[in-house]
Amino acid sequence: MYLPHTEKDKEEMLKAIGVSSFEDLVKQIPSKFLNPEYNLPEGLDEVQAARHIQKLSEKNRKTLNFLGAGAYERYIPAAINALISRGEFLTAYTPYQAESSQGTLQTIYEYQSCMCALYGMDCSNASMYDGATSLAEAARAAVRITGKKKIIYSAAINPQYLKVMKTYFAQSEEYEFIACPLEDGKVTLASLDKVLDERAACFILQTPNFFGLIEDGEAIGKAVKEKGIIFIVSADPASLGMLKTPGEMGADFATGEGQSLGLPLSYGGPYLGIFTCAKPLVRQMPGRIVGMTTDKDGKRGFVLTLQAREQHIRRDKASSNICSNEALCALSATIYATLLGPSGLKELAEANAGAAAAAAEKLTKIPGIKKTFSGNFFNEFVITLPCDADKLREKILEKENIDIGLPLKTLFPEMGNALLVCATETKTEEDIDRLAKAVKENL
Amino acid sequence: MIDNRLSIEKSVPGRRGITFKNSLRAKAAIPAALCRKEAPLLPEMSEFDAVRHFTKLSSLNFSVDTHFYPLGSCTMKYNPRFNEEVSALKGFTAVHPLAKDSAAQGTLEMLYDLSSRLTELTGMDGITLQPAAGAHGEFTGLITAKAYFRAHGETERVEVIVPDSAHGTNPATASMAGFSTVNIASEPDGRLSLTKLKEKLGPKTAVVMLTVPNTLGIFESRIEEIAKAVHEAGALLYMDGANFNALIGLVKPGEIGVDLMHLNMHKTFSTPHGGGGPGAGAIAAKKHLLPHLPMPLVKKDNGKYFCDYGDSRSSGQVKSFFGNTGVLVKAYAYLLTHSAKETGDIARMAILNANYVLAKLKDMYPCYSKEYCMHECVLTPGHDMIEKGLKTLDIAKGLLDKGFHAPTVYFPLIVHEALMIEPTETESKETLDEFIKAMREIHDEGIADPDSLKAAPLRQAVKRLDEVQAARKPNIRWQA
Repeated sequence: MYLPHTEKDKEEMLKAIGVSSFEDLVKQIPSKFLNPEYNLPEGLDEVQAARHIQKLSEKNRKTLNFLGAGAYERYIPAAINALISRGEFLTAYTPYQAESSQGTLQTIYEYQSCMCALYGMDCSNASMYDGATSLAEAARAAVRITGKKKIIYSAAINPQYLKVMKTYFAQSEEYEFIACPLEDGKVTLASLDKVLDERAACFILQTPNFFGLIEDGEAIGKAVKEKGIIFIVSADPASLGMLKTPGEMGADFATGEGQSLGLPLSYGGPYLGIFTCAKPLVRQMPGRIVGMTTDKDGKRGFVLTLQAREQHIRRDKASSNICSNEALCALSATIYATLLGPSGLKELAEANAGAAAAAAEKLTKIPGIKKTFSGNFFNEFVITLPCDADKLREKILEKENIDIGLPLKTLFPEMGNALLVCATETKTEEDIDRLAKAVKENL
Repeated sequence: MIDNRLSIEKSVPGRRGITFKNSLRAKAAIPAALCRKEAPLLPEMSEFDAVRHFTKLSSLNFSVDTHFYPLGSCTMKYNPRFNEEVSALKGFTAVHPLAKDSAAQGTLEMLYDLSSRLTELTGMDGITLQPAAGAHGEFTGLITAKAYFRAHGETERVEVIVPDSAHGTNPATASMAGFSTVNIASEPDGRLSLTKLKEKLGPKTAVVMLTVPNTLGIFESRIEEIAKAVHEAGALLYMDGANFNALIGLVKPGEIGVDLMHLNMHKTFSTPHGGGGPGAGAIAAKKHLLPHLPMPLVKKDNGKYFCDYGDSRSSGQVKSFFGNTGVLVKAYAYLLTHSAKETGDIARMAILNANYVLAKLKDMYPCYSKEYCMHECVLTPGHDMIEKGLKTLDIAKGLLDKGFHAPTVYFPLIVHEALMIEPTETESKETLDEFIKAMREIHDEGIADPDSLKAAPLRQAVKRLDEVQAARKPNIRWQA
């Protein structure tokens, strides 16, 4: 498949090389390793492959979905796919040859600008793999900068982020991970006071946190900075058209899951790791950065810059090993932010907050169901059910084709029958009524 | 005249693209104290403004679709549109990563089948598809090795041996995973010296990372002895699979003694590079390492597919959720359309194309190695060009003006003024002939008029850019 060579081509090429057969070219490979047996199915033609894969895709269930917990159902504007499918973007490589990659380079510059604007930060890199790895890299940077090995984090960060972060420190016992306890699902100054100490490299806050609650980032930031500790904030970019920015909270590093900016759920990826920082830390950032400069004639142009941090120059001294990132996802997020603009992003945030508020209102009217926490929330919230959350989820999925949300018992055993419910701008009043009705009838 | 205004410079206050009229917006009740003080500085454009803006920008790029792109070690092959179409099927894109296994059977079956095929092609015993890219795969491989040694009480193994011809990601990954790097100088033929390797191997060695074929496009012919020495020292042999396009369907790394290796879906398995990503990686491993892979892995029981979250022997989780599933669908679509013989033809034609370019250029651009190459070759400017003050960078820029993307330049580091050319199997003889002609013209024109070549490119959106200024006074975002 996809090979242009005719028999005549092959003959001519072998002749030009000066060999009589292909085998002469691979004599450096010990012959016993060449051409082993492969137990693989026959190759399909495109028609057959299309049928096969269409069938597979149909085996996935289409549900009315109220799952969030780090990945959010978004409406994706039609213009995005039309633009990111253009071969000039889709099939280009990392822009090493700047003069023939100005399209990619300028879009990355615009991406960096959009992320700085949303997060209220000074600098952004060109992207990381996802929200979890961005946060992990920020923690690694904090450890590298301070030489300290203690990491304090809010107990309400996404549990997957915590797991990835520990993996990024290679599960080494050299590092100490301390959870800041919560009060009513959030970090408070009192709870923070119990864990903050000068031996820490950083404090990590997520807002809205894993339970959907909006943290008082400004007060927390102030307390953290007073101790001279690096302040890392992970924030959902879809909330930032409306909510207080990590910049306003005094964050040194701010990260986020860019899937929220119009990328499909796709069973976990490809997503987009947003990574931003305050100006003095720019040389500590992992990954690629694009800068504006001028060409020989003084004309504006864009290049990869500050590369002395990166693996291809610094090798074992690099700030990270990252090479390929999520450039096309970053482009998609840039187009999303451009299509929505400041007003659209505010409306998006309102639509999310409104849908979740409506869902919470309807669900807590059902006898036996209570809101678990009292604070303000963005697009997801926790309720406590009068029955086993896993079983109810399963039952409603089978009967009504609705996924009611994520039961929290596995992740937080002490929370019992808690359920994390998410509603984004994709949900209407009818959808929420369907959810409430299904829950009520199946309790 | 090229319009390189930023979107923010085209912004008109009050202009709108996408709006949200959802009536539930009215229910939002977030106190003002929790809200941002100022609106973000983002462009205000109509949808059409935005579409034209990005379409115009796209036209400033070289890409595989528009230009021959012989970037060494990057495997810039054709990215089949079939893959794009099927990965965009709603049935795949709409699945939430925390959906119950019973609601994601199609995706899980796809991942299971892809895993089986990749395991077979690599000759390994199992695979994780969680890594998001090649370097992420390397990291996954090394923490898997770390978890393995920890489980066996061999925590004194803290060193990773890397040849000096390796990709920069290898030593960078070793540091990230908490190992120290031990470098080995390559032999004059680009291969690893068994004697030097044995000198460095010892009770502290955890892993030896080898790129096969290496970055000079040469197969490590003594791989069996290397693997034997590594294993006798109690260490693991890691294969950087960035160059697997040379081996697919031709050699099983599992048979040559490799313990674990990564694959790049965006190289060998034809998924597009997207201007730098997203890719997808994988770590294939031998049986003894499988319990230590990151989780979840997809398994099958009684006709049902499910995610297995492993146990405390696992090295953890390297990204949220499963992996870059959307990219993995594309790689799966690619493999579906290839039989065993056809996968072998990928490697065969990649090798044929590289040797053809080598044969037609080596008289003018000396090759570091005197052998036939695998899927790529490393050339250099000859003495005649050096004497005129011409460098690899000038050749690269000259190629842009002739409508070809440049090869990888100045890598591998062990070759002075390297030009690393990987044509890939999907390029036709005619394209290669045009490229060869362009390279020969650049040589002749450069010798005749060196200054013109040093000024190249002249026919791109911009001329050579001031990188020093960019780094000295970083301007990395727009400001009010």
